[in-house]
Amino acid sequence: MTELLRVDNLEKHFPVTRGLVFQKQVGSVKAVDGVNFSLNSGETLGVVGESGCGKSTMARCVARLLEPTGGSIMFDGRDITHLDRADMRPVRRDMMMVFQDPYASLNPRKRVGSIVGEPLEVHGVGSDDERKRRVQELLEIVGLNPEHYNRFPHEFSGGQRQRIGIARALAINPKLIICDEPVSALDVSVQAQILNLLKDLQQDFGLTYIFIAHDLNVVRHISDRVLVMYLGRAVEVGSRDDLYREPKHPYSGALLSAVPIADPEQGRNRKQIVLEGDVPSPLNPPNACHFHPRCPRFVDGKCNVDTPLLSPVGSGHGHEAACHFPLERWPMSDEEIRRRGSTPVGAAD
Amino acid sequence: MALLDVRDLTTHFSTDDGVVRAVDGVSFSVEKGKTLAIVGESGSGKSVTCLTIMGLNTGRVQTTGEAMFDGTDLITLPKRELREYRGKRISMIFQDPMTSLNPVHTIGRQLREAVMLHEGATKAQANSRALEMLRAVRIPRADARLDDFPHQFSGGMRQRVMIAMALINNPDLLIADEPTTALDVTTQAQILKLMKRLQGEHEMAIIMITHDLGVVAELANDVIVMYGGRVVEQAKVDDLFAKPEMPYTWGLLGSLPRLNATGGRLEQIPGQPPSLLNPPSGCPFHPRCEFVMNVCRQELPELAGSTVGADHRFRCHLDDESRAQIWERKRAAMVSEDAA
Repeated sequence: MTELLRVDNLEKHFPVTRGLVFQKQVGSVKAVDGVNFSLNSGETLGVVGESGCGKSTMARCVARLLEPTGGSIMFDGRDITHLDRADMRPVRRDMMMVFQDPYASLNPRKRVGSIVGEPLEVHGVGSDDERKRRVQELLEIVGLNPEHYNRFPHEFSGGQRQRIGIARALAINPKLIICDEPVSALDVSVQAQILNLLKDLQQDFGLTYIFIAHDLNVVRHISDRVLVMYLGRAVEVGSRDDLYREPKHPYSGALLSAVPIADPEQGRNRKQIVLEGDVPSPLNPPNACHFHPRCPRFVDGKCNVDTPLLSPVGSGHGHEAACHFPLERWPMSDEEIRRRGSTPVGAAD
Repeated sequence: MALLDVRDLTTHFSTDDGVVRAVDGVSFSVEKGKTLAIVGESGSGKSVTCLTIMGLNTGRVQTTGEAMFDGTDLITLPKRELREYRGKRISMIFQDPMTSLNPVHTIGRQLREAVMLHEGATKAQANSRALEMLRAVRIPRADARLDDFPHQFSGGMRQRVMIAMALINNPDLLIADEPTTALDVTTQAQILKLMKRLQGEHEMAIIMITHDLGVVAELANDVIVMYGGRVVEQAKVDDLFAKPEMPYTWGLLGSLPRLNATGGRLEQIPGQPPSLLNPPSGCPFHPRCEFVMNVCRQELPELAGSTVGADHRFRCHLDDESRAQIWERKRAAMVSEDAA
């Protein structure tokens, strides 16, 4: 398999300034702070983490909607980290996005035909007639009636709108589609329709996905590999099966155990790790391992001093975690997870 | 006796386009100390049911039926008397913690309001009660945070403040409308744990509105499934997950990506939820149902008991044998996926 995307040490720091006229920088929000991953053609990378962990910022950097402040992005064998608008334009044909909110991401004043056809127009593909035919073909591919060409977005339900968004992303045969929470706003029955559609399209057109979601069940369903982020950093990355069967980072473990199980009996018997407190502010993140104030395995003098780097864990196969004391097995209960001689600290506020 | 007994509740809104039958003949009851989950997709009438009980509907609305709360019918109760119940004996938590707190008042002031209004407490008394509640919902440095404004709190903390506010007068019944939908899984786990703990302490009854079947399995004792403004299935939580009895519930369970299942296609329910303005004839689910028969298009099936137990009731024209066979097949498909 060929590598389509390689992200090395990606950083995006937003400056925080004070003063109206003479602005001076008083700090920075490290929204993305050193993320590494690579993605093969035809694969799906799931990205999970709590809100504010930098998932969306990371995706926007990869799509170069934001300019990274550090690191590099290799796409299809080319360094696109600092390409300018003009040079970026041909690259954009191979890289599209599907957004979370199907109500906000479609222009209410445009007809479906021109929404879906816009990428074709922007990139000067085909004549008017050819474009129209292509748009109708696309509508059919995503399961909409081609005759709806002249309708407005408000005439469609949430699930149908998300289909329109997907048709638009497919318009110029991209290689990579970045889906930023594409199903979070949908009802479960409609969510299943969209997930099935995305899988079918991947098979038919050999698409590569970056799939961002906070629903871990959805990510498991659709991904080949999974990246877990916490406060701007990648804390664990691995194949879906490795990561869900045997998470190594305590944060991944906590995330997995927090997902409610749709089975009353299993739910009652499982061992749950409930994290206290909230995600700390990225303006002033904790020292060393960002997770240490909430971590049940925190060891004073190590976790708050020494920043753990992503390193191979478990059976290998590209399974990596950034933790000094990775989990030995799974599942583990709260008590088992606490190491001897260490005292868990309370929630950081 | 049940704490809340809702009988044949119907809420219709008159709009310029016609009558919207948001809730159509819904009955259920909630016991003290128990949790009832109402499951359904958007537009199934689950939120309107609860707003009707609380008397919070606005616009041209027609309500019939009754909601007996501890011997009093809330539907016919005059507004002034209903106000004595709301916020005191019955509280509600809304879905969106970002918009349901007043941004221009401090948390402390908003928390004190309910105590001072209903209990006639002094400001100092109300303040200490507010502090106690903030501590109960585990807000760190609660005393310092009483004077903070909502925007100074994170989403999860705001939702906890909402819970503190709802519980400040020790209500007998808490109605929670998607209390964790806007939150991360970790925060959701915290909030659910908190609700369970507080329920245990006060023997409070909870009505939980949600579309997340995981949350239902975790928290509920009884479940009702709503579709197109009607109850389509009603059961104890274990029965519902072990042996769901009608096609919509099968679809809901099948369309769920599960943590222990990977790959495969999800079972999808084709089509869209029905319009309440122009509801389908017969069974509301028939246009999306893969087992539709002629009778389904004409007659609404009764909400009838099953052979398993009197507590388990559902609407479906399929006979017992075919339902058992179909579910056996669907369950086998889900299990084999689990093993893969």
